[in-house]
Amino acid sequence: MKHMSAPPSRVPRASGEATVVRARMTAHERLTRIIQRRELLVGMVRNELKIKYKNSVLGFAWSLLNPLLYLVVFYIAFTIILGSAIPAFPIWLLSGLLVWNLFSTGLGAATGSVVANSGLVKKVSFPREILPLAAVGSMLVHFFLQSMVLFVVLAIVRWDLAWAYVPLIPLALAVLLLLTSALGILLSAINVYLRDTSHFLELALLAWFWVTPIVYQFQLVGLREGWSKWPWYANPVTPIVLIFQRAIYARLDNVHTVSGIRTVTPLLPHWPYWAFLAYLGYSLAFALLTLTIAVRVFGRSEANFAEEL
Amino acid sequence: MAAAIEVRSISKQFKLYHEHYTSLKERVIHYGRIPYEPFMALENVDFDVEAGSTVGILGHNGCGKSTLLKCVAGILQPTRGEIVTRGRVAALLELGAGFNHELTGRENVFMNASILGLSKHDTAKIFDEIVAFSELERFIDMQVRHYSSGMYVRLGFAVAVNVEPDILLVDEVLSVGDEAFQRKCIERVKKFQEEGRTILFVTHAADLVRRICDRAVVLDHGKMVIDAAPGEAVRVFRESLHGGELNEPEEPRDAEVSAEASAEVVSSKREVTHRVHITHVAIDHPGLRLNRNWMLPDEAMTIRVSYHASERTDDILFGIAIHDENGNHLFGTNTGILGLDVPPADGDGEMSFEFHRVPLLDGTYLVTLAIQSSDEGTVYDWREQQARFEVMNPSRTNGLVSFPIDVHFGGTRMNLAEGTGA
Repeated sequence: MKHMSAPPSRVPRASGEATVVRARMTAHERLTRIIQRRELLVGMVRNELKIKYKNSVLGFAWSLLNPLLYLVVFYIAFTIILGSAIPAFPIWLLSGLLVWNLFSTGLGAATGSVVANSGLVKKVSFPREILPLAAVGSMLVHFFLQSMVLFVVLAIVRWDLAWAYVPLIPLALAVLLLLTSALGILLSAINVYLRDTSHFLELALLAWFWVTPIVYQFQLVGLREGWSKWPWYANPVTPIVLIFQRAIYARLDNVHTVSGIRTVTPLLPHWPYWAFLAYLGYSLAFALLTLTIAVRVFGRSEANFAEEL
Repeated sequence: MAAAIEVRSISKQFKLYHEHYTSLKERVIHYGRIPYEPFMALENVDFDVEAGSTVGILGHNGCGKSTLLKCVAGILQPTRGEIVTRGRVAALLELGAGFNHELTGRENVFMNASILGLSKHDTAKIFDEIVAFSELERFIDMQVRHYSSGMYVRLGFAVAVNVEPDILLVDEVLSVGDEAFQRKCIERVKKFQEEGRTILFVTHAADLVRRICDRAVVLDHGKMVIDAAPGEAVRVFRESLHGGELNEPEEPRDAEVSAEASAEVVSSKREVTHRVHITHVAIDHPGLRLNRNWMLPDEAMTIRVSYHASERTDDILFGIAIHDENGNHLFGTNTGILGLDVPPADGDGEMSFEFHRVPLLDGTYLVTLAIQSSDEGTVYDWREQQARFEVMNPSRTNGLVSFPIDVHFGGTRMNLAEGTGA
């Protein structure tokens, strides 16, 4: 730099921090490395969003269109055609669908992230896990924007939230991010070697969506006898969706009287606060386990990313 | 002080697939019989780079030098061994520096600097310098996809050299871009050296190594051949290049080489076949008879080569090359190029290259001699810059070459005073 006085000729500069490049790093080392580079992560999220909306006129409005479209389609299909027993269906749907959208779009974007950024991977060194994380991060921004749709609807109809359960929402969101990131890191590494991973993911997500109580009420399956309800219980997204529905939708049963006969349709489980928290703990454990595996797999395959791409 | 880069016995293995299946469908179809060959791109490479020094990695294409640089940069991880780097590492690998085509030059500069570990605030401070260095002021807000490859490289180089790296890794990029920019890059590299930064760069340009390196590492098929001073490394590199497959080092062999004009003894390491070898090199010029061991511009010079053929060799060719001290190649020819039929060599023999006139000005010049088969496929002997001669220019004419010159005024040729020029 011109403004700096150059040190005397040929005096070695003080050595900075040592970086070690080797084949094996522990999961802990990898995670620490990612946390150290969080500013890079934020920058990448910003760039992702910039690129996404660079050439579109409507910009962020597009991301609002998606939940609205879903809302219309499912409202017609479920309330009008099938006669679903869920009152205020849009609020029910949105409180679960936003969670699902973050999960599925985040996972989709993360899966393709390493391959999509091959130019970067082949030229510069940085913790590669940041790529899937940035993909999830940009979808988190969409999530917040889409939430505005829900807030507007809530405000218009003066909806009562279950305030006691609202503090669970940030926790559930954190677990959701962890789960999405963990799976995203895993799949982004696999996708380098098996480029059709994203096609399989689409199919898997389609099935997964219907094993998550989003368009129908949890109690429809939750109250079943026997083993058939277990896919729903084992689904780590279920507790997250339930917490959002419990806090936002906040109606446990639908009680309605038709020609003097009182019918009760169960919607959400009548669990106490701690039960939701414990169930969320299951998701957290699931996410942490996946993260451990993901970081290992990613670490093992990362060595050859630059060659495979 | 600890080394800036420690390469600790690293190896890198690649799988070479005959057919590379990249989808699950294909993998399932071909399960269990996806043939590949393990390929060792690097084998047990081990060396240190002292902080503040400039080290070149020399090697032919495909010798693993780029792989090594990528490992040091952290882009690839070695299969075995480890690399320790101390300080901020900026790498310039091949073309460009990992730019996103969708983003503008400005956004990419920030992105790139961020990857190299600079905060947004720090980048903003050096942003103008980066742009000025790249000379892309008018294009900086344009998407990088519209850049020419030259612009791309310029911006990449500008970022890498302006983020105050402690260690700069350079991969052949100095050979791209227009000449003015190349000069600028080399100047910047020299400034880095003065500032005590560490530079590791990969090249197959031996001249560049001689010009700017403190040391050089020669790689051949993934193995480290030598880690030595640039002159020695270049010699080994040239010999391994010309020695073809004959890599078996032989027993040290005595060769007395004493060019009258400050000759150097040939180092004993040879990696070529020795059916015919040079036993003696002598440089003769008129100055020697006048007891000065330098010559004047345009004097005659004879280079006598004595050789010994252990068996009769018909297929033979003698070559000569002259370099200046900066490694610039000034002259090179051989008996094949000259269209000469060389008599077969058998036992002891002598030949000479006679120059009627050596049109050089001041300097010390190095002579390389070689004996090869006529298709240059087999090297019998190769003496890289072992003999030297010195030229002193008494006049004030300057430069490298003594061009014959006449000066005319109004059609009348002027007489040049003795000793004033060529």
